[in-house]
Amino acid sequence: MFKKVLSLCLAVVMLASLALTMTSCGETKDDFKLGVILLHDEASTYDLNFLEAVERAADELGLSEDQIIYKKNIPESNDCYEAAADLVDEGCDIIFADSFGHETYMIKAAKEFTDVQFCHATGTMAHTENLANYHNAFASIYEGRFLAGVAAGMKLNEMIEDGTITADQAKMGYVGAFTYAEVISGYTSFYLGAKYVCPSVTMDVQFTGSWYDEIKEKDAATALINNGCVLISQHADSMGAPSVCEDKNVPNISYNGSTVASCPNTFIVSSKIDWTPYFVYICNAVQNGDAIDVDWTGTIATGSVALAEVNTKAAAEGTQAKIDELKAKLIAGELHVFDTATFTVGGETLTSYMADVNTDANYEKDTEVIADGYFHESEFRSAPYFDIQIDGITLLNTNFG
Amino acid sequence: MKMSKTHTSELPFHVVKREPMPFWKSMGIRVAAVVIALLLCSILAVFMIKANPLEFLTTMVDGAFGSARRLWKFAKDSSVLLCISLAVTPAFRMRFWNIGAEGQTLIGALAAVGVAFYLGNTIPNALLLPLMLIAAIVVGAIWGGIPAIFKAKWGTNETLFTLMMNYVATGLVAYFLLLWTPSGSSVLGALSVGHLPILVHEYFLLIVIVLALTALAYIYLQYTKQGYEISVVGESENTARYIGINVEKVLIRTMLISGAICGVAGFLIVGALDHSVTTTTVGGLGFTAIMVSWLAKFNPLFMIGTSAFITFLQQGSAQITTNFNIDSAFPDMVIGIVLFFIIGCEFFIGYQLKFRESTKKGEKVE
Repeated sequence: MFKKVLSLCLAVVMLASLALTMTSCGETKDDFKLGVILLHDEASTYDLNFLEAVERAADELGLSEDQIIYKKNIPESNDCYEAAADLVDEGCDIIFADSFGHETYMIKAAKEFTDVQFCHATGTMAHTENLANYHNAFASIYEGRFLAGVAAGMKLNEMIEDGTITADQAKMGYVGAFTYAEVISGYTSFYLGAKYVCPSVTMDVQFTGSWYDEIKEKDAATALINNGCVLISQHADSMGAPSVCEDKNVPNISYNGSTVASCPNTFIVSSKIDWTPYFVYICNAVQNGDAIDVDWTGTIATGSVALAEVNTKAAAEGTQAKIDELKAKLIAGELHVFDTATFTVGGETLTSYMADVNTDANYEKDTEVIADGYFHESEFRSAPYFDIQIDGITLLNTNFG
Repeated sequence: MKMSKTHTSELPFHVVKREPMPFWKSMGIRVAAVVIALLLCSILAVFMIKANPLEFLTTMVDGAFGSARRLWKFAKDSSVLLCISLAVTPAFRMRFWNIGAEGQTLIGALAAVGVAFYLGNTIPNALLLPLMLIAAIVVGAIWGGIPAIFKAKWGTNETLFTLMMNYVATGLVAYFLLLWTPSGSSVLGALSVGHLPILVHEYFLLIVIVLALTALAYIYLQYTKQGYEISVVGESENTARYIGINVEKVLIRTMLISGAICGVAGFLIVGALDHSVTTTTVGGLGFTAIMVSWLAKFNPLFMIGTSAFITFLQQGSAQITTNFNIDSAFPDMVIGIVLFFIIGCEFFIGYQLKFRESTKKGEKVE
């Protein structure tokens, strides 16, 4: 039986290879190819953000459709290695993967195919692996969240001024996915932005334990609102929290693109990472024969961190102007998001902090990250490592998955 | 099948059981069903992706067998699916509806990773691998045995029980990932220890092990006393009791075997492929395996063909989404259409429709 199946398979293979050689004759050859590995597909806002960035970068660079090959729905397993190897066979010069868990399998492929460049978003191991063809990338999204937080603080000030709430009641709610550095860094920068304009603000954080769970995100947002939160933001991928805010008429700061279409009365502004500059950068680098940075951190200055248009219907007056003003200060380096003078930990100002920057089995805290009066986020590697619980923020639960 | 004798007066036809047809004829019908289904898919592809039907079929073949690497992947994926299908088969043959292969495999993988995680750097690989295998088998067997014991002792519903055990397994994986990754990312990544040795090719050993297991399963089910007992229990529990078979014992023993084979599958996934575990490590194969086993009429040798066929459909249609950059629901549609046709033809192989002709006298058609 097996022999039969095997010989059948072999026959089919021969036929297929014949068909292949015949089809490849008519192809026009343009050398450069980009392979993109995605955890899910366009149905997930996370992966859609990458897909759209690739399309924009392709437009900008004049890449044709067949110079980009997508592998969608690739789990964080050996399948990722297989997809990468298959892309190498297809002639890709750069292979990009978008999910944190793809990392070790990308490294396996990078070690095997040394003349192909491997780029991985959100990863943490490139700076310790020392492979010439393996690179990490992230963006300083904390800058975007800080500015979004400023918009939130201005809304709170407006509510305090018109007597809707007292200064003590200026409590925000935050729906987070998991209790780890990427999310902690995000909500802390958001809180510090709000505190920058509204000193009395406090914040409750509720975790869902999932990147995409509409019901849980809805429940978390509802619980926060019932707990006295007068403004909500989130770091998770569904429409759960924004839609609850629209129903209950609570202002919302969104993430990963504008939600103004479905939440016209409550959407204020949103921040997101725009990966277009990164794709343009790596494609140009490879085509020109330049090296790609081991750790590339896109910033608000490179256009990698973007804010949606402010919804004037919900935002406080002058929000856009304030955002533009502070954005210029961030770019000029006059303002630092994690300025240690603006927050305390257990009532004390931080003067030193060892962060876990290098990946190792014991999760050792290995790098001093406070210098010149601020916490240097995303400088020692591109992925966030701010994981401090600061005063003013209350975690209602923790959820590590 | 009492159903065939009942009839409703409203319908213009009734369903009766067919005389068993010769093997070549039923196989011919199945092949025809698959061909028609693929034709339908290619017509659908014409509308969805504006490709001609020939291009659709060549892309399918290219996706599964287009390069040496794809061929190895095809053989490897078929083998993993086959291994889990072997696991569900003994239980199905005694009509114990075990839909918990997903969880039994996952918990086996978790056990293997756990051993590698804690003992990895303290003992040599030659000792570590057998320990991982034993842990996976024992834990997989426990996961399969629990629903069987409950069914044997208290008559619980095995379908619900095994299904729920899947969720418990997923929860445990999530818990241990949290325990093993203090940063909170819940991503363990590939471990550097506990890798199966590479012979000939990365996937070769895995494929050989699964084929050996297939032969063993065939012999066990077809030629041993225990295999015969399983068949008798499946045909009729009362008959089994009457001839002195301890049905409860057979039930529990068979599910322990099912779970143990799932454990082997989990071990192979960890040792040969992922070197890690996530909540989606098994990725639904535990459910696809049910289809593989059923399509092969619970015969391990036929399952080589059915698992290869399902893998071909998956990889071929995945290539279509890549080449034509269309919605990734397309592979599911292709598989859905093909399975629908196969299930449909199985019905018509077993039964036939008898149309009521004008007279009411000739009703007693058997």
